[in-house]
Amino acid sequence: MTAADSEKTINTIQAVNMALDDAMAGNRDVILLGEDIADPQAGGVLGVTQGLSTKYGQSRVRSTPISEQAIIGAAIGAAMVGMRPVAEIMLMNFTAVAMDMIVNHAAKLRFMSGGQTHVPLTIRTMTGAGFGNGGQHSDYLEAWFAHTAGIKVVAPSSPADAYGLLLSCIDDDDPCLFIENLPTYWATGPAPERGQRIPLGKAHVMRHGTDVTLISYSRAVNDCADAAAQLAMEGIDVELIDLRTVAPFDQSTIIESVAKTGRAVIVHEALRNFGVGAEIAACISEHLHGQLKHRVLRMGAPQCPVPFSKVLENAFLPDKNAIAQTVRSSMGIAT
Amino acid sequence: MTAAQTPDRSVLLDIYRRATAVKQNDERFRAVIKSGRVTATYYSPRGQDLIPSAVSVCLTDRDYICTIYRGIHDMIARGVPLKLLWAEIAGKATGTCKGKGGAMHITHPPSGIMVTTGVVGSSMPIANGLALASQIRNEKRVTVAYFGDGASNIGAFHEALNMAAIWKLPVVFVCQNNQYGEHTKYEIATSAKRISDRAFGYQIPGVTVDGNDALAMHAAAKTAIDRARGGDGPTLIEAMTFRFYGHVYGDADKYMEKGEKEAAMARDPVVRFRNWLIQEGHATDEDLKRMESAIEKEIDAAVEFAISSPEPDIGELRRDVFATEQLS
Repeated sequence: MTAADSEKTINTIQAVNMALDDAMAGNRDVILLGEDIADPQAGGVLGVTQGLSTKYGQSRVRSTPISEQAIIGAAIGAAMVGMRPVAEIMLMNFTAVAMDMIVNHAAKLRFMSGGQTHVPLTIRTMTGAGFGNGGQHSDYLEAWFAHTAGIKVVAPSSPADAYGLLLSCIDDDDPCLFIENLPTYWATGPAPERGQRIPLGKAHVMRHGTDVTLISYSRAVNDCADAAAQLAMEGIDVELIDLRTVAPFDQSTIIESVAKTGRAVIVHEALRNFGVGAEIAACISEHLHGQLKHRVLRMGAPQCPVPFSKVLENAFLPDKNAIAQTVRSSMGIAT
Repeated sequence: MTAAQTPDRSVLLDIYRRATAVKQNDERFRAVIKSGRVTATYYSPRGQDLIPSAVSVCLTDRDYICTIYRGIHDMIARGVPLKLLWAEIAGKATGTCKGKGGAMHITHPPSGIMVTTGVVGSSMPIANGLALASQIRNEKRVTVAYFGDGASNIGAFHEALNMAAIWKLPVVFVCQNNQYGEHTKYEIATSAKRISDRAFGYQIPGVTVDGNDALAMHAAAKTAIDRARGGDGPTLIEAMTFRFYGHVYGDADKYMEKGEKEAAMARDPVVRFRNWLIQEGHATDEDLKRMESAIEKEIDAAVEFAISSPEPDIGELRRDVFATEQLS
């Protein structure tokens, strides 16, 4: 990395665009499918794919009808014969429309064919509460997919991670669901090193600490980082783990960390009940029962659809103060 | 037999060889299930034998097929080795899919069988993707998507036809209209008089053909496949037919009109085609008996192979979930 690179910052829209650009430049089999993604349609509703159809042609960067089943079906078929499609499902809630294609087909064809076929498909989708988009445009549905054998679920928390993880998803020989957080699309972070992949299935220890392990992914990682900084000033030394890949998740990094700290708090934006946090809590309990200094705590949204009103939406989202409070209680500090 | 142009004798005999393989295999399969030597839920394709046989002789080895759970005739007509097919249906390690797919999910890329889906309507969106890859790479491969009349009522059908039409994909949609979606008669569930009428909504050619007439079916398939290969886009073929053994083999057929099935069976398309071949001097009874007896021997070997093959290793549960084996 040059000095100029290290000082440069980019946002997630730019990072995703750059990853797609680099993937397409490096491999003719990479094609993009999605609603409005070509330049005559403005390169996507938020311009994430801007410039790519002009550079690579509309044969490889295809605006599609609003037909989620047909989009994923076409991507599956092309992937089975060696292409590397990146299909965009504009918003994560719309994956529900294509669930048969994703769950019954993309995820299962390798197994059901006894390994004769496989589906190197990346599905990009954006989501997240905070923009007042209400109940059908904002859900985090990663647990649905994490509960399906045969698909990987990846959720970056920064522009640089989005770049490196997306390249790895496109390289991967299995279907990957890549979740982008919409409300933080424009937040900037350090630019990635061009071409640098971030491995799937490996968590990132963002902050080393000895008192409590804080585990999160996607946007909520930022709230956890803020909470950890606040707690440090109070003398609580947090180890912060960004899963990066939600499924299959990096058990060994989590177990190693919690074995050291004896305390774990899991935070996600998705509903708390039946969420990814429950699986991680169970995993910690299975491995470290008897060694824990406090029961595992998990935080997630209340069991209701994403609300519209700003007051309700703010209450629905993870909050750095609430996270800090939960960490304090795992330390046995009374509130 | 009604087609204007009769194909060459070798093509006619090739269609018959495939169709009689479907028929003979079905007869044996039902007998073996009854005997209890193989346990399987069986969606018999008997009665629809000629459709994929006439389609398959128009395809090259490089073309792709997506089919559905009632698809064993599509696979046999396409040339999936019977041994591998039987072993898969018996759930054995030697099957096409190592016993991990089963009858509803037979896959055999060497024969071009890329996907067999157990979900009504799902063959079509994926067929589009295979066709898209061929189009982008200019490979001139054609993809055939088979499905039933019931599938034309599900959203995936409409999404797939629209996308294939706007992108002129080299795909042929072959609807085998056996007049029942599961237990429900066609007109109770379907607003269109003919499924081929639905092609008009997507501005692509739609044709209804007697799928039990080898010559008519061959002519329709050849036109559509040539059109797709030539870059002129998709066609919807509605091949009229009838299934002899209900939705699932063993169902009581109580949902059918009395005599309907018997009337269809009395007009067995494979038997009629056989008689026609002899009448028209394309083959003698002895020629066809020789062919049938060779197929019978192949089926004998396939059954024996399936029954004597080993069960899959329990470790297969962790394999083929992802490219690398799962640890837990």
